Amino acid sequence: MSHKEDAPVSDIPSGNKDPSTSDQNKVKKMSQSDNSSSASSVTRTSSSSAPSRAPKPPQTSPLQPPATQPSTAPKPATVSSMPAKKESEAPAFEKGLVSQILSRFGDRVRVAYIRPLRIKIYVDPADIIEVATFLRDTMGFDHAESASGTDYPKDNQIEVIYHLSSNTREGLYSQVLALSTRTGRDDARLPSLINVYKSVEYHERETFEMLGVYFEGHPRNERFLLPEDWADIPPLRKDFRIKGR
Amino acid sequence: MTTIEDKIEESKKLGMQIVKESEDDRLMTLSVGPQHPGSGHFRFVIKVDGDYIVYCDPDPGYVHRGDEKMCEYRNVIQNIPHLERPVIHDSNNITYSYSLAVEELVGIEVPRRGQFIRAIASELNRQVYTLYWLAIYGIFLGHSTMFMWPAGDRELFIDLLEALTGARVTHAFNIPGGVRNDIPEGFKDRCLRNVGYFEKRLKEYEDIFYNNPLFRQRTEGVGILQKEDAIKLGVTGSVLRASGVPYDIRKVEPYDVYNEIDFNVQYMRTGDSFARSYVPFLDMKESCHIIRQLLDKMPKSGEVRAKLQPNPKGPPNEAYRRVESGRGALGYYVVSDGTPKPYRVKISVGSFRNILALPFLLVGSRMADMPSIYWSLNYWPVEADR
Repeated sequence: MSHKEDAPVSDIPSGNKDPSTSDQNKVKKMSQSDNSSSASSVTRTSSSSAPSRAPKPPQTSPLQPPATQPSTAPKPATVSSMPAKKESEAPAFEKGLVSQILSRFGDRVRVAYIRPLRIKIYVDPADIIEVATFLRDTMGFDHAESASGTDYPKDNQIEVIYHLSSNTREGLYSQVLALSTRTGRDDARLPSLINVYKSVEYHERETFEMLGVYFEGHPRNERFLLPEDWADIPPLRKDFRIKGR
Repeated sequence: MTTIEDKIEESKKLGMQIVKESEDDRLMTLSVGPQHPGSGHFRFVIKVDGDYIVYCDPDPGYVHRGDEKMCEYRNVIQNIPHLERPVIHDSNNITYSYSLAVEELVGIEVPRRGQFIRAIASELNRQVYTLYWLAIYGIFLGHSTMFMWPAGDRELFIDLLEALTGARVTHAFNIPGGVRNDIPEGFKDRCLRNVGYFEKRLKEYEDIFYNNPLFRQRTEGVGILQKEDAIKLGVTGSVLRASGVPYDIRKVEPYDVYNEIDFNVQYMRTGDSFARSYVPFLDMKESCHIIRQLLDKMPKSGEVRAKLQPNPKGPPNEAYRRVESGRGALGYYVVSDGTPKPYRVKISVGSFRNILALPFLLVGSRMADMPSIYWSLNYWPVEADR
């Protein structure tokens, strides 16, 4: 289970039209708890209590520490303390990889989980190219196995996740690092990673038509798998319903 | 030295009319597929300048069924029969990683005998797929015998799978928690007999096909994919291994019982069409050894599937699991929101990753090399479209 109980970390302008709500929701989304029946229900309850990021004393809930002041960014120590909680299952090699990322980017990278062979990190859309370049050049994650998106209408967000892997470093052969970011649902725009990972070209194009995320810098944000006369909303969004269901 | 412009001037003085050919006159746009028998359910637009391909734009989607969307409407068990539709010739492998991901989400432990039967079924099914692919590869290089032989020998494994699962191609055999049923009486002997016969046939394949001078001329040195490019493009499976990367999910991230199996990752360094067609052949050979070991090491008795609650579900979580299919790494990214139905299922298939190499290899090559490059990419259009 992923527990992320940190506040949004920086006020770096993101590509979103509405960075405030999306940042805040992102954090809440990550602060799921074990006994919750569904991820989306948690986020709905927590986000309903906090419509804006404007001054809000951090007393609201222990689950969502000050999502308010951008200046009160949590120190990286809290970030790295998260995996330490689950020390029993977080393996050493993966922890080493994460600490390498964290030592470079600090609190701009938020760790969602560390499991055997699997790591997931969250970054802001504004940071994603820099982080991806670091992952490719320094860490050795040289290609993307997949890029996909998940629609979270409850948070009004879309999460785009890149599964990165390595074919050059034998030690990383079995590792899959999930690099994910979130964007607002109404005007979904993200910087494209095509200049970092050529292998995401068709995956991003598919994500564009299936979820309506526009990738800035991608040469062809256009139809790929859908019929040429497709005239409906992107089908993998949750408000698209299959007929008869 | 006279240039074309000089000649045109000269011809005007003589009252003749020489017109310089414009680039548009030289280029011809061809649409390969989706009706073309050599393309599968797939279309790619190429432009040729004389005999050389100068432009290529893949256009998949003719068999897009929205499998990922359909997953969100059914519970994890109901998803099995339609998830194997993208590759019915490799249906055990495409449901394998889905089962692994669901098992991780729900928290199911598969009984040991079930793990072995699963692995056996997947190896047999990989042979079925590779033989089918080899048959198509043979016929599109003009080698009719190589169409007939694999298509016939494929029945050896289809018969075994039919005895094992009850169906010839769409088995719905792997389920979260194990396999659907135990192996039948006398299956081991039958399996060993068929595999032994098939190994003899593989030698004949090598003689008639891989050592055929015509075949080698059409594939050797054609469509070379360098190691660095292969890694950059993110190709997988036999395409990656043909370019010199010994990367096989069964080896690098052993799932179920593969860490107890002794086998070598087959790879070549040349990266041409020949290597891409020879690596699956070597895989078939190696797979025969794997099947023998699996049959030997399988526990004599025991459960084959774990007991499941009626609507299996776990806490909100996500999982990404991979297996090695006939076309390379096949990953499932499954997000669960705590309900019995998956919140999101993403299928990361080898075919979809491998077509990125198609424009890269085709541009600059000759028109006649098109089938040998295209089919060597081990591309299955239905799987790529999902």
